[in-house]
Order: sequence, then structure tokens, then C-alpha cells
Amino acid sequence: MEAKAFDMGPIDMAWCPGCGNFPILKTLKEVLAELDLDATQVVMVSGIGQAAKTPHYVKTNVFNGLHGRALPPATAIKACNPRLTVIAESGDGDMYGEGGNHFIHTIRRNPDITNIVHNNMVYGLTKGQASPTSPAGFKTQVQPGGVFAEPFNPLAVAIALDAGFVARANAQDREQTKELMKKAITHKGYALLDIFQPCVTYNKINTYQWFKEHTYYLDESHDPHNRMQAFEKAIQKDPLPLGVFYLNPHKTTFEDNTAVFQQDDRPLHEREVDFEKLHDLIRNFESGA
Amino acid sequence: MGKRGQTGPRKDVSIVLCGEAGQGVQTVEFLLTRMLKLAGHHVFATKEYMSRIRGGANSTTIRVANCRVSAYVERVDILIPLSKGAVEHVARRISSKTVVLGERAVIGNPLVLETCRFFDIDFTRIATEAGNKIYSNTVAMGALAGLLGIDVDHLTGYVRHYFAGKAASVIEDNARAAEAGCRLACGLDLPKELRLGAAGDPQVKGEIVVNGSEAVGMGALAGGCNYVCSYPMSPSTPVLTFLAQHGRDFGIIVEQVEDEIAAINMAIGAWYAGARALVTTSGGGFALMAEGLSLSGMLETPVVVHVGQRPGPATGLPTRTEQGDLQFILNAGHGEFPRIILTPGTLEDGFYLTQKAFNLADKYQVPVFILTDQYYIDSYYNIPGLDLGKVTVEKHIVETAEDYRRYASAAEDGISPRGVPGYGEGLVVVDSDEHDEEGHITEDPDLRVQMVDKRLAKGDALGEEVIPPELIGPQDYTNLVICWGSTYHPVKEALERLGRDDTAMLHYRQVYPLHESTVDLLSAADRTIIVEGNATGQFANMISLYAGIDIDEGILKYNGLPFSVEETASHLNDSLSKDGD
Repeated sequence: MEAKAFDMGPIDMAWCPGCGNFPILKTLKEVLAELDLDATQVVMVSGIGQAAKTPHYVKTNVFNGLHGRALPPATAIKACNPRLTVIAESGDGDMYGEGGNHFIHTIRRNPDITNIVHNNMVYGLTKGQASPTSPAGFKTQVQPGGVFAEPFNPLAVAIALDAGFVARANAQDREQTKELMKKAITHKGYALLDIFQPCVTYNKINTYQWFKEHTYYLDESHDPHNRMQAFEKAIQKDPLPLGVFYLNPHKTTFEDNTAVFQQDDRPLHEREVDFEKLHDLIRNFESGA
Repeated sequence: MGKRGQTGPRKDVSIVLCGEAGQGVQTVEFLLTRMLKLAGHHVFATKEYMSRIRGGANSTTIRVANCRVSAYVERVDILIPLSKGAVEHVARRISSKTVVLGERAVIGNPLVLETCRFFDIDFTRIATEAGNKIYSNTVAMGALAGLLGIDVDHLTGYVRHYFAGKAASVIEDNARAAEAGCRLACGLDLPKELRLGAAGDPQVKGEIVVNGSEAVGMGALAGGCNYVCSYPMSPSTPVLTFLAQHGRDFGIIVEQVEDEIAAINMAIGAWYAGARALVTTSGGGFALMAEGLSLSGMLETPVVVHVGQRPGPATGLPTRTEQGDLQFILNAGHGEFPRIILTPGTLEDGFYLTQKAFNLADKYQVPVFILTDQYYIDSYYNIPGLDLGKVTVEKHIVETAEDYRRYASAAEDGISPRGVPGYGEGLVVVDSDEHDEEGHITEDPDLRVQMVDKRLAKGDALGEEVIPPELIGPQDYTNLVICWGSTYHPVKEALERLGRDDTAMLHYRQVYPLHESTVDLLSAADRTIIVEGNATGQFANMISLYAGIDIDEGILKYNGLPFSVEETASHLNDSLSKDGD
């Protein structure tokens, strides 16, 4: 299958020229094609922000919900129809700021969804305020004295919560990002792929060049099944590691834990009420014990 | 002395059990009401409890009768205090006619006993003799059974049935404890006027006893609910618990989520994927859902929300009752979009309306509310049954074609056929931004107008099938008493007591949209009185806004306790006795 199967054709796109979202979008469409996915069986879920517009630029099903709230609906969509491939894709403000609580609890729940986060360390759509991942000292109009809060570390949090798949990519490295994205999507269970994404308009520090100079790829010496080692890599600051940090293939998914699909693999919308059973339940209230 | 206890002239006896939280009051309530119903008596029970796990004073009011009883009365015929402070807790409701049955040791202030008739019964000693002092509640239950004239074999038979599956000693000790209590009470000289007449209606034995949360829960099951996500909050939690208990049997995904924001967004995601999701919460929890409600409006993705009201603002009285969130539910969510608010009055309403809520939500692609309150949720009585022949699951999902557009220009009713992802050749695109027919973001002013009009057109369409209010009483009324939701039975019984042939009652089981008959029905009365469990007359204000009629008088209650039949009757009598102007 070719990537253009997921092209939206000539549409007006809301991203700035040179935005780091473009290479991510291109990579995503190639990955969906190379994984031979049927567009009607893929649902892209997002919140609000510039990254959250990504689903509109991919020819699949789309649930573009509220700011910060992509993960709860993504979890439900997968749970109601496990045949679907569900990708929750949004930015760092959306996933780690507004949606921080859902981020934590979705990892605990472990639905079989892929969580792709465009991490540009700044708020774009609201015009340049700090994000939860902005580095200390980062100056904006709202943080004129520079950010002093500790940056949110999504990888360390995910590893602490024993997420089944935790990886980080660099948007401009298309081939490596493509491989990481494929692994994330094919991982059974919740997969976090945090992607460094330069914001050419509001982040003059974490530029394409900066990310190139301050990152490196984990090599074979890193054992992603070793949680302590993964955590050590996750808190490393400069240079910042890229690649698969942590893997735990032994986790049961949310859908499987619900037991609803154990005897019956039909999605919920195909099912009918068991009125006979309900009749029996109602009759139980005659004697009440 | 035969096996039967004493029978007498009374049609309706009111019993109050009062004890600390965790003392087993609920178990006695459960046992007693089911056992009495199986003996052919009509029963009603409601509880009031404190927001704590142990200690304090909680009480249950049980009415046993030979006619249907479905409302709370303040009068206490028999009181069983199970802990210190219990008598004081219900002191306001005790009269010189009240019989108090209990251990002298739990009566804190002996002066209280001078105002009532006290029978000193050592439940603990009798329980110890039966096997274990922890069975003192069973002794109390047995004593009540004896006072009410229940056959001792029926009593012990039910106790054995209830404890079936437990150790043989537990079953037999409890049966013995119940029997001892029963025999002792039969020997008491209960005033004749308090003795209940023999059970009359053999059909009652085959009826079901359910409470509000069970009625709503079974309505959800009958409505095809297969996804429940909520955050626990009193008093709405029993609906979540009920569906969790039956989730596996009925193929429901039940998830306790991190917060109410997750709950509503998850439920909307579930509906988007073709499930039928319910969230259950109370006012404070629903406050966190306001943005998600607006999302449902914008996406035109259905959602069903059960809100069990309790007094606010903020944390308010967490375990008490109120009808204070109507205006909030009506206006919640930014932007303009239609909604439906259903307000069950009877237990049957809880079932049929919740069932219907799923069909309405699916059909009109709007949020639908089931608005109850603590009193409704925690009250139960026997009803003939729930007729599954009367309900159908009406699905409105379409298989998509390749050129499917989620928000395609619709007919006059504004309803675009709703596809779900993975079912058909098309793509289902929904967006919280204003969107084009395909579902993609737009800022085109003409499209904006088209979409707003389309969403609001659904409001006009659903207005065509509003449930009419129920008029009870004379058709040629001069006074009309208006109520909604859980005040149905207290108002109905109060008016029956007053027995006026010039006064009718009008109950709304759907408050929004307001039924078009409202103007005519209210205009036909010389005097209109509204009964509401809030301080500002929220439904009266709604009627003023949507029907242009100002209600003459309000009987409003907001101390956290439910309307009793007596006070409703008394207030109505005062209002109705006043000269009209």
C-alpha cells in the first residue's frame, strides 16, 4: 500500500511553513501504508492544539475531541471495538498538561492504543507560552522571568507506571521515527511515542539544529527490558537519548481485562440485549436474596 | 398464644430503625421489607444517613401496609433504637403514641421515654441465648415481625432463605434469634390501634421490591447500555455498583475512571464507536462534565447521564436529598445545543425512562439526562413488575458508504445518519471545532450557520415527542399542584389525604423540553402551587420562561430531607384554605 492512500488531497493546512509536524505527518502516513492498514479500521483521536490537528490531515476515521481529553475516548473506542487500530496523537500541552491525569491513568489501564505526542516544549496555538516540558529558564511573554517549574518528564512517568512500550523519536530523523512508530503501533497495549518536534515560530531554543546536537540513539548496550536502566536513560538530560527506552510485553490490555470479549469477539455495536437474562434478573427481586 | 402475632385495625404502620453507621440497619431493613412483602404486605422503605463510615446516627423508615405505600411519612409508630443517641436522633418525629422497643442501655436520656411508650427488650441477651450477641438485629427484626402479626414459620423460613449459603450455625442461630424476638413481641401488650390488619392481597407476594438505583440500573440494561464509566459520588454510586455487579452477565464494560472529566469523554468515545454508554454522578461531579456535555452537543454524539441530586453548593450535604440542580442541568455546557431531561417520579419511571433515554439519545444524537435525587435512589417499595414486552432497543446506527459524510445536510429534523468507525466503507470524522459536512475543521461563516441550525433543528424535532405531564385528580380542577421527579408520591398521597375535589396534581416526568400542554393545563387553574425540593423554585422559573406562566405559590424544601406526606399535606392544606384573590 502507498502512503498516498492516507492523503487528504489538496487541503488547507494550519501549520506554519517548516513546522516539525510536517515530517511527523509524512512518517505517519508511510507507516500506516507500510503496515497495510485499512483506513476504515483506523481511528485517529486527538485533543486541541496544532499537533492535535494531525488527524484532519490523515484519511482515516477521526475523533478530534476536547483539549487534554484524547485518551479517555481513545480508550473507549478501542474497548468497544478491538478490531480498530486506535492512535491518540496530540501535543505536549494537550497530553501532559491539560490531560495529565488521563495520561497517568491511561497508562495504568493499558488499552491497546498508540499515544503519539508531538513534543515541541512550547504552546503554539495559544502563541508561545511555556508548556509542561519547557526547559527551566525558558522565557515567554507569560513567563518573562523564565520557567522555573521542573519540566514534566513523560518517559520517566511512563516507566514509573510500568507502561508496556516507552520510546522517544526526533521528528527530523524520518527513518528512525518510522521504525519507532511501527513498533509503537504494533505493540499490544498502551505505547507511548514522544517525538521531539521543533516549533519554528515560538521555540527559538529547541530548534532542528538543537535537537540534532543534543540527542543520540540508544544502542544495543541498552536493555529495554531492564526497567532501572530504562529509568536511568529517561532522566538523562544532555544529550537526550532516543529510541526504545522500555518494553514490558507481559501486560494484559484493558480490553482483555474487561472480559467482554472473552467469549464473543463482536464489537459492542453488533450486540443485542439478552432480555431473557434481564427477565430472570427482574424476577430475582421477588424474594430479594 | 398461637403462632401468629396480634392483628388489628391498622392499614399502615410506620417503623423506624435507627443505629450507627455500620451497625447493620440496612440488613434489617432488607430482611424485614422482603419478608413482609412475601407475607403479602405492601412495603415502602427509605433511609437517611450521615456522610461517614462508622458511628453517627442513620435511620430507615419502613411502612408496612395493606394498600400501596410509596412515600415517606414522618410519623413513627414503632421505633427500634439500636445505639445510643438513636432516640434523640429521631426525637422530632416521636409522639405519645410511638412505641419504642429496645434496650434501656441505649437510651441516653431517659426523659425522652416519657413522651412515648417504651418496652424494654434486651435484644443482646436474647441474641446471646440464641447463639451470638451479634444477632441482636435479627432479634429486633423478629420482634417487629411478631408485632406485625407475621407467622413465625414464614419469618424463620425467610431468614433461612436469606442466609442460605452461610455456615449451618449462622443460618440456625439467626432463625432462632428471629423466632425468639417474634415470640417475645407476641407476648407484649401492643396497643390495639397500632396493630396491623391481616395481609389482604395475595398478588403482592409475587411482586418485586426494588429501589430507585435498581430501577434506573435495570432500565439501563433494558436500554442496551453496554458501557459504564463513572467516578463514585454519593448518592449516585449505587447505579454504578448495580451495573458493575451485573456487568459480566450482560456484557457491559464498567470502568471506574480517574475523574468525571474522563467519565464523560470516555462515554462519548464509546458512543462514537457504537456502544451505548452511561455515566452516573451527582451535581458536583456533573460540574466537571460540563465541557464534555458541550462536546456531545457539538459532535452530535449521544450520551446518557444519570445525575442523582444532593444539596449543594460545593460539597453541600453529601448524603442528603434536594432537587437543586435542575437549572444547572438545563443550562450546563457552553454554546447552544439541544438536550432532554427526564425526571422519574415512580420506580417504574426509573426503569422505563432510563430505557427510553438510550433510544432518544441514539435517535436525536443529543445528551439525555435522567435526573433523580438521594430520596429517589434510596427509596424502595413493591411494584407489580417491569414489563419487558413494553420496551425495545431502537438502534439508529447506519452502515457507511464510501462517500459517507457524518454531518451531511439533513432533512428538516437536523438528524444526519450516524455511522460508526469500522462499520461500512466510509470514514467517520467528528470534531469539537466547528466542522463541515465531512467533519473537518472549518471557519466558514455560512457553514457555521448551517451547522448551528442543523443542531438546533434536532431540538425542534425532539420537542415533538415530549412525554406529557400526568394529571391526577379532577379534570375540572380549580387548584393545580405541580411537581416533578421524586416528589410524585409524597404529593399524590398528601392530596389523597386532603381529598379535595377541586384540586388536581400535575407531575412532570420530562421537564425539558417542557410539554406544550403546560400552558393550557396551568391556565385552566385559578390557583397554581408548585412543590419542589429547592429554595428558589427552579421548575417554576422554567415554566415562567418557557410557558410564560407565573406559578402562584411555592412549597419549597431544602433542609436536605425529603418531603413527608404529612408536611406536604399540611402545607398544601394551608395554601388551599387561604382565600383566593
